[in-house]
Amino acid sequence: MVGMEVAGQYSNIISARELGVVACTRCTQVWPAGTAVCSRCGSTIVARDAKSLQRVWALWIVGLMCYVPANLYPMLRTRTLLSVQEDTIVGGAVELMHHGAIGIALIILIASVVIPLGKFMAIAFLAISVTRPSSVSNHHRQILYEVVEYIGRWSMIDIFVVAIMSSLVQLNTLAAVNPGRASLFFALSVIFTMLSAQAYDSRMIWDVQAKQEGTTTDE
Amino acid sequence: MVQASPIPLDNLIVCTHCDAAFTLQRPEVGQRARCTRCGTVLITPRRKAGLQIIAVSVAITILIIGATIFPFLSISAAGKTNSVSILDAALAFSDGPLVALTLTTAALIIFVPLARVLLTIYVLVPIVLDRPPARGATQAFRLSEALRPWSMAEIFALGCAVALIKISDLADVGFGPAFWMFCTLVVLVVVQDSFLCRWSVWKSLDNTQTS
Repeated sequence: MVGMEVAGQYSNIISARELGVVACTRCTQVWPAGTAVCSRCGSTIVARDAKSLQRVWALWIVGLMCYVPANLYPMLRTRTLLSVQEDTIVGGAVELMHHGAIGIALIILIASVVIPLGKFMAIAFLAISVTRPSSVSNHHRQILYEVVEYIGRWSMIDIFVVAIMSSLVQLNTLAAVNPGRASLFFALSVIFTMLSAQAYDSRMIWDVQAKQEGTTTDE
Repeated sequence: MVQASPIPLDNLIVCTHCDAAFTLQRPEVGQRARCTRCGTVLITPRRKAGLQIIAVSVAITILIIGATIFPFLSISAAGKTNSVSILDAALAFSDGPLVALTLTTAALIIFVPLARVLLTIYVLVPIVLDRPPARGATQAFRLSEALRPWSMAEIFALGCAVALIKISDLADVGFGPAFWMFCTLVVLVVVQDSFLCRWSVWKSLDNTQTS
């Protein structure tokens, strides 16, 4: 493992902005501050994305709005010889629990309820924490951001389960499983929260600290 | 802090997660360079990584095509059977407004992984052969990186496991050849992703372009 040597003074990490340079967030090439387009990979370069938080909140709200009908409408429609049953996400998990499949019920509950709700809260917290002093250390917030970015995709699992179930269980009159309206809203909710997390500029977490430390060391 | 007036841009590396600037130290093969502030891995060079990644990518391409065409799963209950391919699973949402969902699912589990693999081959083959980069290689690699979070083959695999356990109460489930292909594929996608050192790829795309 090689730790990078700090540019400038060794003990005090300085940011690219303080050094008067800006890095391309896609290919990490360094350019003088004010460069608009990375000439290596062609991405647009922004030193700090000033509108980042607006986009985060906009996408966050859309995601949350989609999450409500995703839980109210049925996710799966199971038709057997005698009856038609419609299950919402939570209803389906409870049903599984009654059948004794507690492990599966837990996976579904974690992927479709705990992770999305946790993600909404985590993104909101991260977005608020860069605008005001926060008691949570930058390091923890960076980890939280990476966890949110990594784990968000896994919520899609419920959509895939519905897809497999409803294509596989098609036994004419005997039994048929069809997707419900909630699946569309749920997929949209996952996609919008993923976009919201991607819109977040994690460099902002560290700017606040640099500002605070800067004022304390100067005095 | 001393501001050297022309900043040696090529000697700097900046962590894209926390914007910390470091003077560049190329790690030895097999080592990793991390950002000392936030711990993000910046450079992970590997010996002969290019060739290995290309080999794995070709394997993934073949497996994706195979896994899409061959029967994936089949169930039977009370004398009735039904067998589906992955494409059928993706096309499950084909009635009414759920068509949009069909396209999304198909893209997430088949087309995005396939596109990423093909783009990777396109970018890496000239680099490994020491030729100038293919036309539009930078855009291709940028697109491949942008698609990364949207490639959900491994999530689909876990979804399969959950669905199978749910169904196994109702009916007997049989595995087709595509099922095993898909399992191998998921492992290979993860392997390919961990072999790839993005910094090195960008560096080689850059070097060959300017010289």
